[in-house]
Amino acid sequence: MTVSSEARRSRLLLRKANGAVFMVFCFLATLVGLIMLAVLLIDVLRDGLGRLSYDFINSFPSARPEKAGIKAALWGSIWMVGMTAVFAVPIGIGAAIYLEEYAPRHWITRVLQTNIANLAGVPSIVYGLLGLAIFVRQMELGRSLLAGSLTMALLVLPIIIIASQEAIRAVPPSYREGAFALGATRWQVVWRQVLPTALPGILTGIILALSRALGEAAPMIMIGALLFVPFTPSGPTDRFTVLPIQIFNWISRPQEAFHHAAAAGIIVLLAVLLGMNSIAIILRHRFQRRLRE
Amino acid sequence: MTTERAPLLVDARQFVKPEAGRPEPDAGSGRNIVEVRGLNVWYGTFQALNDISFAVPENRITAIIGPSGCGKSTILRCINRMNDLLTGFRAEGEVIFEGEDVYASGLDPVDVRRRIGMVFQKPNPFPKSIYENAAFGPRINGFRGSLDEIVERSLRRAALWDEVGEKLRESALKLSGGQQQRLCIARALATEPDIILMDEPCSALDPVATLKIEDLMRDLARNYTIVIVTHNMQQAARVSDYTMMMMMDENRSGVLVEYGPTREVFTNPKDKRTEDYITGRFG
Repeated sequence: MTVSSEARRSRLLLRKANGAVFMVFCFLATLVGLIMLAVLLIDVLRDGLGRLSYDFINSFPSARPEKAGIKAALWGSIWMVGMTAVFAVPIGIGAAIYLEEYAPRHWITRVLQTNIANLAGVPSIVYGLLGLAIFVRQMELGRSLLAGSLTMALLVLPIIIIASQEAIRAVPPSYREGAFALGATRWQVVWRQVLPTALPGILTGIILALSRALGEAAPMIMIGALLFVPFTPSGPTDRFTVLPIQIFNWISRPQEAFHHAAAAGIIVLLAVLLGMNSIAIILRHRFQRRLRE
Repeated sequence: MTTERAPLLVDARQFVKPEAGRPEPDAGSGRNIVEVRGLNVWYGTFQALNDISFAVPENRITAIIGPSGCGKSTILRCINRMNDLLTGFRAEGEVIFEGEDVYASGLDPVDVRRRIGMVFQKPNPFPKSIYENAAFGPRINGFRGSLDEIVERSLRRAALWDEVGEKLRESALKLSGGQQQRLCIARALATEPDIILMDEPCSALDPVATLKIEDLMRDLARNYTIVIVTHNMQQAARVSDYTMMMMMDENRSGVLVEYGPTREVFTNPKDKRTEDYITGRFG
């Protein structure tokens, strides 16, 4: 009442100015990420694009940088990610279903939940140590694809569990109620209502997790993936290398030509990642449409 | 100075139909399909229902009315054991459905729910086609036979076939709110229940859709028993044969105030609280 209209107007201007400043800050924050990504891409493309060819993708590593190729690492990565998915996806979704749909809501469940969240934050090198101790040495799997993908499965499991849990939690309770009221058992409710509805979200989580597995080098170094592999793996017990390790290997060489090979390797890695993500988006889109129509 | 509170709601007595609440059921079997005896319910340490006893006559519509939070929905969800899904839920007393106590140890809640249909406050069709919604109940119960037939019959009974018969494969989510609710009724009918519980089925619908559902209910009452929870006293007066009035006691537990033929409850209530409530003087 005592505030004059003059004062009120100037205060309004100030409030609007505050909003504008904040908006500009947020815009700049977005820009930082975009610019960094662009710089990275341009740098890599400039170094590596010339080196990228069919021969590069289809050749084994060589001591002569101009002849070195990425075939072994590419196939090693594909094997490793595929096997990781086989181990981690069923276990991850299973754990998420249990925690969301079956587990009694008491303190043990809460402790479990907190621990899974913590596991997602454990440095990957620690998983490498774990894999070395358990899979490579204890279970005597050796430095094989099997040991590598089991280690990677442990690493990505928390990501899959948490993403799947969130997707399951987002399923409207009214779907469950409706199904229960028709005489569905809990299994039928989960299988016929909850999972189909949660599937797009679960898929997103899986792809995120597998992308992480594809890009990880540290745990693979720990369990001893090879640096020089002149063959593609033919089974789970074979020794192997993966893309990040091959890239790391080339970068650490003194010859300039190997650095170009590394850049080309990074392009291949990014292309695989991008491919995986687009598949996820397409799949998710299709499932969502099926739900709506 | 005493302040007389102005009526908040329209006096619902004027909506009672002359035929409502026949004290001696003529068309029905005259038997009670559900009998609740001395039902007490707790959620954790909170007592939600206090010593509730009543009987639901077959092929009649029984309305449960009363202020928010007095346990109307809780009663409904005790009949088909939906409350079992809540943690901390505990019931004492008997809920006899067709001669059997649904809380007896030998009875599986899954089987109880199949024989008792339920329609919820907000229409909740599954994100599937109209056909799949209607077929869901028979499917999960291992029905062998013509699903097409069951789907058509259920949709016809729910007065929906004429509107959706040509587009059974389309998503149920594309239907209007009223159509969705009738689809939910069809879905419940498809499992051939003996009784249908409706938990404020029209509270999310517009007046036209509401009247359609009410007509449908009167229609269904020829073959089914319906128990409806409603906040809308005019609706209770319009559709129901029997009315149960509930209130909260001093511990906020739900108690049964009055139960009888709708006509009597509305025009000649025995309890002062019922009269105040239905004439809009509730306070």
